[in-house]
Amino acid sequence: MSEIATSEAAHPAHLQHHFDSLQEQSQVASLGMWVFLVTEILFFGGMFTSYLVYRSTYPDAFAIASKHTVILIGAVNTAVLITSSLTMALAVFASSEGNRKSTVNFLTATWVLGFTFLVLKGIEYTIDFHEHLVPGAGFQMAGTNPGHAELFFSLYFIMTGIHALHMIIGLSVLLVILYMARRGDFSPEYHSPVEVMGLYWHFVDIIWIFLFPLLYLIDRHR
Amino acid sequence: MAIEHTETTEHVVPKRVYYTIFVILMVMTYTTVQVAYFDLGRFNAVAALLIAFFKASLVVLFFMHVKYAPKLIKLFVLGGLFWLAIMLGITMTDYMTRTPQEFPMSRVNTVQPLPAAHVPTALLG
Repeated sequence: MSEIATSEAAHPAHLQHHFDSLQEQSQVASLGMWVFLVTEILFFGGMFTSYLVYRSTYPDAFAIASKHTVILIGAVNTAVLITSSLTMALAVFASSEGNRKSTVNFLTATWVLGFTFLVLKGIEYTIDFHEHLVPGAGFQMAGTNPGHAELFFSLYFIMTGIHALHMIIGLSVLLVILYMARRGDFSPEYHSPVEVMGLYWHFVDIIWIFLFPLLYLIDRHR
Repeated sequence: MAIEHTETTEHVVPKRVYYTIFVILMVMTYTTVQVAYFDLGRFNAVAALLIAFFKASLVVLFFMHVKYAPKLIKLFVLGGLFWLAIMLGITMTDYMTRTPQEFPMSRVNTVQPLPAAHVPTALLG
């Protein structure tokens, strides 16, 4: 990107030449992220559809299998992710006010919370592994058709695994945004990267908001 | 690029809004866990999903600023949901109106083999 060194006031440093204004540029950046998120909605939507089809086919096996998920870790992780969404929203707010210290602090808090989620998820996977819930030769489940219960856990591991992959990608990009924020790249006029990072982060939170009831809660009463 | 220009340059949502949404989300998480232990029959799934939709809407509207976003962004969000509804809706109308024997998985597990000229049992009455 070529930058015009002469008049900073007439042409802000971060404004690229094909945009009329910084405002238009930031709206296009948000729109671009939304286009990506729409593809993500349909990507996860495919998995939610398979879940729905097999859950309606084997309701009893899915009910018994889903009661083996660790509800405490699932619930705590939901709270952790919602809190990380709050700190992310506050980081975007701070960057739009040009508050560098606050931006860095809230982004750091978001990163720590995101990492906490993954650690808890790792502990949960370990418990699942020890309880023979991983599909394959070692899978065991009493009281129902093990093949159908195995289907539930295949979907559980694929859906939570791909969600976790999104968390890992989010945490990696967050490190870059954190570095830029520390360097002082953002201002009230230009903070699109933080805003767009926020959109992605909240989206990953929303996926978990649906995964938690579908995988842990729906048949808990049975 | 026909991006509409909003009146104000920045849509700074008051901080108080974020904290309020956060509290509602936490209360809803607690509620959905508690509700899951009551036997509401098939309404357990309905309640859990309604709460999830409510929580997701709050995140989209306030944390993701869609409430304050240009109409073009709103259109894209609705477009995504519309296509998701097509995928879920049409897929489920298909599966819900078939006999279980026609599922690939249950075909493996059913005892009796399918007849050579297979007619859906629903049609046979």
